[in-house]
Amino acid sequence: MLISYQWLSNYVDISDITPQQLADELTLHGVEVDAVEELGSEVKSLTVGKVLSCDQHPDADKLKVCRVDVAEEEPLQIVCGAPNVAEGQLVAVARVGGRLPGGVKIKKAKLRGQRSEGMICSLQELGFEGKVVPKKYSEGIFAFPENREPGSDAKEALGLNDTVLELDLTPNRSDCLSMLGTAYEIAAVLGRQVKLPDAPVTVSAKKASEVVKVTVEDKEANPYYGAGMIQGVTIKESPLWLQTALMASGVRPLNNVVDVTNYVLLEYGQPLHAFDFDRFGSDEVVVRKAYSEEKMVTLDGEELLLSDSHLVITNGKEPTALAGVMGGATSEVENDTSNLLLEAAYFNPSVVRQAQRDLSIRSDSSIRFEKGVDPNGVVPAGRRAASLIQQLAGGEVLDETAEFDELDRSEKIVRITLGRINSSLGTDLSAENVLSIMDRLQFKAEEEEGEFIIHVPTRRQDISIEPDIVEEVARLYGYDNIPVTLPNTPSTQGGLSEKQKQKRKIRRYLESSGLHEAVSYSLTTKEKEAAFIGAEQARVAVALPMSEERSTLRTTLVPHLLDALSHNRNRNRYNLSLYEMGSVFHTEEENVSVQPQEETHLAGAFMGLWEQHAWQGEKKAVDFFVVKGVVEGILAELQVVAGFEKTEKPGLHPGRTASVVADGEEVGWIGQLHPSTAKQWSLPETYVFELNLMKLLESGGDEMRYRPIPRYPAVDRDIALVVDHEVSARELEAVIRETGGELLTRADVFDLYEGEHVEAGKKSVAFSLRYLNTEKTLTEEEVTLVHSQVLKALEEKTGAVLRAQ
Amino acid sequence: MLERLQELHGEAAAKIEEANTLDELQQVRVAYLGKKGPITEVMKSMGKLSKEERPVVGQKANEVRENLQQLIEQKESVLEQAAVTEQLKKESIDVTLPGRPVKKGSRHPLTSVVERIEDVFTGMGFQVAEGPEVETDYYNFESLNLPKHHPARDMQDTFFITSDLLLRTQTSPVQVRTMEKHEGRGPVKIICPGKVYRRDEDDATHSHQFMQIEGLVVDEGIRMSDLKGIFEAFVKSYFGEDRKIRLRPSFFPFTEPSAELDISCALCGGEGCRTCKGTGWIEVLGAGMVHPNVLEMGGFDPEKYSGFAFGMGVERFAMLKYGIDDIRHFYTNDARFLEQFTRE
Repeated sequence: MLISYQWLSNYVDISDITPQQLADELTLHGVEVDAVEELGSEVKSLTVGKVLSCDQHPDADKLKVCRVDVAEEEPLQIVCGAPNVAEGQLVAVARVGGRLPGGVKIKKAKLRGQRSEGMICSLQELGFEGKVVPKKYSEGIFAFPENREPGSDAKEALGLNDTVLELDLTPNRSDCLSMLGTAYEIAAVLGRQVKLPDAPVTVSAKKASEVVKVTVEDKEANPYYGAGMIQGVTIKESPLWLQTALMASGVRPLNNVVDVTNYVLLEYGQPLHAFDFDRFGSDEVVVRKAYSEEKMVTLDGEELLLSDSHLVITNGKEPTALAGVMGGATSEVENDTSNLLLEAAYFNPSVVRQAQRDLSIRSDSSIRFEKGVDPNGVVPAGRRAASLIQQLAGGEVLDETAEFDELDRSEKIVRITLGRINSSLGTDLSAENVLSIMDRLQFKAEEEEGEFIIHVPTRRQDISIEPDIVEEVARLYGYDNIPVTLPNTPSTQGGLSEKQKQKRKIRRYLESSGLHEAVSYSLTTKEKEAAFIGAEQARVAVALPMSEERSTLRTTLVPHLLDALSHNRNRNRYNLSLYEMGSVFHTEEENVSVQPQEETHLAGAFMGLWEQHAWQGEKKAVDFFVVKGVVEGILAELQVVAGFEKTEKPGLHPGRTASVVADGEEVGWIGQLHPSTAKQWSLPETYVFELNLMKLLESGGDEMRYRPIPRYPAVDRDIALVVDHEVSARELEAVIRETGGELLTRADVFDLYEGEHVEAGKKSVAFSLRYLNTEKTLTEEEVTLVHSQVLKALEEKTGAVLRAQ
Repeated sequence: MLERLQELHGEAAAKIEEANTLDELQQVRVAYLGKKGPITEVMKSMGKLSKEERPVVGQKANEVRENLQQLIEQKESVLEQAAVTEQLKKESIDVTLPGRPVKKGSRHPLTSVVERIEDVFTGMGFQVAEGPEVETDYYNFESLNLPKHHPARDMQDTFFITSDLLLRTQTSPVQVRTMEKHEGRGPVKIICPGKVYRRDEDDATHSHQFMQIEGLVVDEGIRMSDLKGIFEAFVKSYFGEDRKIRLRPSFFPFTEPSAELDISCALCGGEGCRTCKGTGWIEVLGAGMVHPNVLEMGGFDPEKYSGFAFGMGVERFAMLKYGIDDIRHFYTNDARFLEQFTRE
């Protein structure tokens, strides 16, 4: 809502407060002012001039040479290019030495050889936005529609000394979608009175109901419809005060009748509509729900396809307006209009809202009706409009209005105690304090047995319960004056849950391992995930995605990490390891009907070098075992016992992929990207892992306990075993551990060899074994015995041959 | 013979002095003190001498021998020292060459902000709650006093999945979920960080996905002044002791009274600058006293209980804290961005 400071000053005395101060007061008390714009701040030396003559420029087809009287000894000669400049016009002249918006300085000039001593201005040149400039002046200069003294201040006359406050209204404060509503707010904040506008009307003996009949079929949707009749009006351009008031409010002036309805809409917040009654098509107004697939053309020229949930104003046969939203084209007020039907009605917010949503049209009317207009403002606004139309367009106003009226205009009553107010706010206000605030708000209030009985004016639709009154008291008392306390609650044990702590621990581990944390979007596409998860897998899809790119919820974290690697590689960043912790969303249903399963996953993606020290020539590229090491570290942090099993998965290298298995269940996987997947992302050899963090957190181990440091020496034995290529290190280790029993404390792989010194199809795997007895010193015989058993078992179970010992 | 010895001593001492390497010195040692050396020979030939001369020459020979031995040892030590010095000189390195970096990753700035805020509030007795990102209309809107078709729903454009399921537009649904778990008994003191989604075109200041932190306190006798107290403690702890706070009236459907919290601008110290749009204040969160309808939906008796709730934007905090000018940076995962947070 744009509030003209000058217009506002008609209703409340703000002469002693600057627009900026006013803006600050409003903002601090609950109506935020987004911007304070001084109109015409860049306009200097603008004078009313009278065009005495207007001759064709001798050397330029499109230019005219004008003599303009600005009440000086000699008229000014001004060259003007506007097609509409004409002798006799009163125009706005920017004088030599003056300024216009956009840093334009007016200087003496010669245009095609002709002297030019100033500039005749268009409204756009004076800083008015094109969309508010009347059509008449949009292609040329502005001419005053009424008499002005040449030489007088044109800036003042054009309302360019005004300041506009832009209100950023919250949805509850629709009462401030009007000058009067804002005036009430300011009056409350500053403790002043509101002056309501006069609405004198001279009415004829004939009653409106004698020429038009009003029927409302849906009284819930339209509890009040008033049709005022004004006969014999003259349509013309509005006076300048009205035009400038509208332009300052962001509304384009059209003609005197339409301008009045818009002016009163802004003044009262009550939308009105003027129909050309001669074109209305009948002498009855029937308000009804539209028929299914009924059509109507709006005065914007748009054809609407209606349904039975929309309310229309009809002439008994066809729609002439979409109730509360927009009038129809057929009965629009035009230059030859003479008889008016002036509609002032109350439409139910939900009906207007529905039409607005279904048909995707909004108007200054609909945004007010959808929030609920003041039931007690409808009739006064209608009367005010009739008064202004009569003043500006003449005509005879018929007595009364033809109306349907079942509107509830009663005020809400809220009861609240002083104790309640103070205990809600932590204040120590007196009854007088509260009553004085109610008085400033112009809420009628009385105190009865320790309880305030508050009558809330109907303009404040947002107030209906105790906390609403508490807020009114608080904001007028000033939020800044509320004391600062701490809750009197018993002290509570705050902190992170065990799982939250574990998540942080994992983050710290990964950060210290050299991975950067990524955060990516949850919305993605099936196609993006196709390399890893087939299209047949059901996804959670957004009903109306903003773009194809963000249409389904991710079921894996890996693709967006690959996007990130790719993004960085395109920026010459070749070595990078990223991880992300976030939700993935699973559903079994093709058409989702229940909340999907959300799982917290942890994923990583690695490309290029893992470690390097360039000038020493030290390099270690990322490989499967780098990633496996990172994942093993995660498992160790969480004390999860898990194994790695060779597997194949879509999108991954068939020979370099492993499942991470804990408690017999897959909790994640690691692997190298399949070369064709890598190519899809334009990535080099890339490794990824993804873990179901929720499952890991659930299978996490017990609290850490100290184990005594061994008091007896251990005995180490290294063995190199030649086995078939297919025998895995884990199989060998399992046999060693099983046979080694309690005495075996470690069995670590320390070498792997395949090549000319071993038979083809075989490999050599070397283990370092450590034997220890925690009770006593091991004897050589004991070690030899168990070690030979280990070797024997290896041979029997895996075919391993001892290569070296 | 004495002269001979004296002569030998002179010769040997000169050679010792001349020796430049340990090898040369060794040769001198062998040459003069060896079994076949001249001094040994002198001693062997002592048999020819008279009884009186023998001890004199013998003593002299021993003296010469011992003295040479000593000279050699001294020289040896000098040469060894020189060799070590030489070796160390060879081993000298350019200490200005860069060191081997210890690998270190980084924490995403959004995570940093969330964790810091969590730490401040858990220190004040709050717990950290979590909730689903795919929410029902009930928890995201209806239970928050936003019935279907309520005009305030326009404040947030929603990604719907079905007419009843949606991507949560705020972390506020966790309010009612948490209250339900407490089964109508206070106190409730939680914050809830999480991702939220709105139908906004991504640009420098808008993102269809962003993070919020919700807070909720419900108990008997909670007042609006308590909300101010908690905020003051939070702002001082998070932004610094010198920051001032200001509450302004505002509107949220699920709180009444509602407020917006401003903090004094750090850049200009409240004088007014570009960051604070000349006001000296920066808006950091929305808050208010929990609406009785919301308490009721959460199973709390509004006659007995009251509470306050608040919500803040994590990106906004991060942008203010680090001076980041484009919200899209948080979701691009550009290493040049992420790496800057290695020390956070």
